[in-house]
Amino acid sequence: MTALLEIVGARKAFGGVRAVDDCSLTVEEGSITALIGPNGSGKTTLFNLITGYLKADGGEFRFRGRDVTGSDPGRLYRQGLTRTFQQARVFPHMTVTENLVVAGGYSWRDLLVPRVLGRDRSRADVLLEEFRMTHVAELPASELSYGQRKLLEFAAVLMSEPRLVLLDEPTAGVNPVMIDTMERHIRERHAAGVTFLVVEHDMQFVMRLCDPVVVLDNGKEIFSGPPSEVQQNPLVLDAYLGT
Amino acid sequence: MTGSVHALIQGVVLGILTGGVYALMASGQTLIFGIMKVVNLAQGALVILAAYLSYTLFTSFGLDPLLTIPLTTVIMFGLGVVIQLVFLRPLKREDSAQLSLLVTFAVALLLEGFMSVVWKTTYRSTNTDYANSSWTFWGIQFTVVRVVAFVLSLVALGLLFLLLNRTKFGRAVRATVQNPMSAELLGVESKRVAALGFGLGAATAAAAGSVYGLLYPFNSGSHYDLISELLSIVVLGGLGSVGGAVIAALIVSTSSAVVATVFSPTWSSFTFFVILILVLLVRPQGLFGTVERGAL
Amino acid sequence: MSIRSLVRGGVFVAALMALPLLGFEHWVLNLMIFTLMYAAMSSAWNLVGGFAGYPSLGHAAFFGLGAYFVGLWFQHHAVVTGYEPFLVLPIAGLIAAVVGFPIAWIAMRTRADVFAIVTITLLFVAQTLAFNLDSLTGGAQGLAMPTPPFELARFEWPFYYAMLWILLASMGITYLSMRSKVGLSLDAIRADEDKALGVGVHVQGVKVLSFSISVALVAMAGGVWAYYETFTYPQFAFDPIITIGMVLMCFLGGRGTLWGPVIGAFILVPGQQYLAYRLGGSQFYLIAYAGVFLLIMLLMPRGILPTIADRVRRRRAIAASSEGPPPADASPPTAGPGSNVPVPSGGAA
Repeated sequence: MTALLEIVGARKAFGGVRAVDDCSLTVEEGSITALIGPNGSGKTTLFNLITGYLKADGGEFRFRGRDVTGSDPGRLYRQGLTRTFQQARVFPHMTVTENLVVAGGYSWRDLLVPRVLGRDRSRADVLLEEFRMTHVAELPASELSYGQRKLLEFAAVLMSEPRLVLLDEPTAGVNPVMIDTMERHIRERHAAGVTFLVVEHDMQFVMRLCDPVVVLDNGKEIFSGPPSEVQQNPLVLDAYLGT
Repeated sequence: MTGSVHALIQGVVLGILTGGVYALMASGQTLIFGIMKVVNLAQGALVILAAYLSYTLFTSFGLDPLLTIPLTTVIMFGLGVVIQLVFLRPLKREDSAQLSLLVTFAVALLLEGFMSVVWKTTYRSTNTDYANSSWTFWGIQFTVVRVVAFVLSLVALGLLFLLLNRTKFGRAVRATVQNPMSAELLGVESKRVAALGFGLGAATAAAAGSVYGLLYPFNSGSHYDLISELLSIVVLGGLGSVGGAVIAALIVSTSSAVVATVFSPTWSSFTFFVILILVLLVRPQGLFGTVERGAL
Repeated sequence: MSIRSLVRGGVFVAALMALPLLGFEHWVLNLMIFTLMYAAMSSAWNLVGGFAGYPSLGHAAFFGLGAYFVGLWFQHHAVVTGYEPFLVLPIAGLIAAVVGFPIAWIAMRTRADVFAIVTITLLFVAQTLAFNLDSLTGGAQGLAMPTPPFELARFEWPFYYAMLWILLASMGITYLSMRSKVGLSLDAIRADEDKALGVGVHVQGVKVLSFSISVALVAMAGGVWAYYETFTYPQFAFDPIITIGMVLMCFLGGRGTLWGPVIGAFILVPGQQYLAYRLGGSQFYLIAYAGVFLLIMLLMPRGILPTIADRVRRRRAIAASSEGPPPADASPPTAGPGSNVPVPSGGAA
């Protein structure tokens, strides 16, 4: 396996608080890597650094072998690195189809073509079928349930055929049935060749789905290995239980 | 001393002295933004209103503008609270940022209309007997009024600093500025802080207005001149940062004064816009702003 | 394009085209010129303030720019047929776009409130420059234009049609952008700019583009205005009330809609004239204007069209829900605030 995403010595401080502190991390191509850690360990900040929403104070970010340090989210997206948000951020006043199409990636020359072209629609329809959302295709996203919005956000970032998807708590706030649905879609896409980096609090979900598991504490990577070893690692236990 | 160096030093002195007053005006503005995330376009109008109040107290009752500041401060505080309660609190949360901008603009127009009805539109100035005297040291002129204004602004800023750092209300305000949600979790009543904070911001306009009336002739439309300068200062300093606003006020005012004395007053009003654009080019969050755009 | 909207647009255009032919008095045409001017400018403002969600408070700077450009051009060129000023309007628009582009590029990298501040600052700087550069602009004395050599009976016609064309251009551009990926991008930006950036929307480019087009249209209206008034003064060409007019009409009619700004202008401009007529030029006018402004903001912040559209939708939803079952899987959002509420940054999570 080769490294799809490599982070070396990433740092980010807010005022005096070091949210991410000399953190290094590798995501192997074809893996579903979990990123876990206690609250305040810097997971979300690290996500924001990787996806370009925050500028790191230091450190190097490599994606597909290329240096992407300091790239903005749009450029990373076009290179195949994308994310979802913890709060399921969709565009509420746009229809489900439009939510997919807007994320489909189009060049400058396409700006003046109609909002939803025939080929946009057929691409969106394939995904909607896969996510069993065809019946809500023309509804505004604001009328979806929270769980459906999470699915929609996930489906939307797949429109660009990404190589690496960062999922920020994909199961937070959704019901057990939806958790299973989400897991199935992740597995399907993983089988189709997409790599995942997942922040998640639901440990059963992580243990079922992810390998390897990376543990973050105080902005540092303290463990990286198969899920079976995580629970025995003394450092990890310390981090979670406190000393 | 050669002429141009002399002019330069005179410009710097003038700029620093004026900068103190602008710092006071802008501190209220940035405080309001920090607490409520409201860009208060009525701050200039509030300053002019306070200038009118102290002008009237001076011409009708012979009270020195510097002595009536406590009274006008109380009045302006009350007015600020009322404005917040009546016009800003009812706004819905979803697009309150856009709406509050426009609502405070409307409040500015309302105040302007009110002032031009009460005081007409002729220019007024508060002419005390010390208005035109000045001291000269080493060939540099220090106008008494400007020195007084500067000292007074420092005192007012000092009081504001104490209020923010040494009182319970100040702690609540600072907590709200830093993180409204956790402040609320810690038991800060954000609605009350917002109303009182807006009052506090308006109250800084009282001292600033008294001083403004001493320094410049003004009429009801003068708030337009103020508002763009205040806003640039606040953005330069980093929205919500009081310390940043003070330093930005000094920078803007000094460079404007230097441009005016060394080159021409024509371009001095352009100076702050150029500084504003340059700073935004390099640091979109302002000189001392910490808030980056982000998705946290 | 649906039949209904085609008919609606056709009737609107035909009625406005025919209006001068109906022999109205001069004051009616004068009022209509200002109504069309504000409708055009409000519609242009809507591209940035309504669709992109960036409230510009400095559009009057570009209105003044257009006015002064036309005024200055005809300090050096003669007006013979009377139509020359209309022909240079595209240049005025182009200059505004060129001036607006870098300013927008810088100011739009930040948040909407900083953008509003930069634009309002620009307005006052432009006004001060118009006052101070008196060798160029005539300063407070103003700038005189040649008197339009039109026959008295049809004096207003050229101005009327010029404003009408700018309005139609404005609405046409709005319509096209709504139907295209530009509109899709703008919708995404307005709803959640950070998210839009993260799914590859050309955020910065689309915002700056819409700003440039918007100010170009406003500058063209300013050019027509300067010629119609024959005198350009700094305090009128760069009047914040002009910006506020555009904003207010757009808010009243409905932001982010095609017809909203037009409806707003057709209500507010005559209303404004009536207020000015009843209250004279007195200062009470300003109070009344600000009062109306506040009432609109507080009582109907979303505007007439969206409010009506909501009513209709709700009625339909009620009708529909009495027939079909409610949507399944209605688990409430439990984590975090709504999707488009900005969460304060800072601190680790």
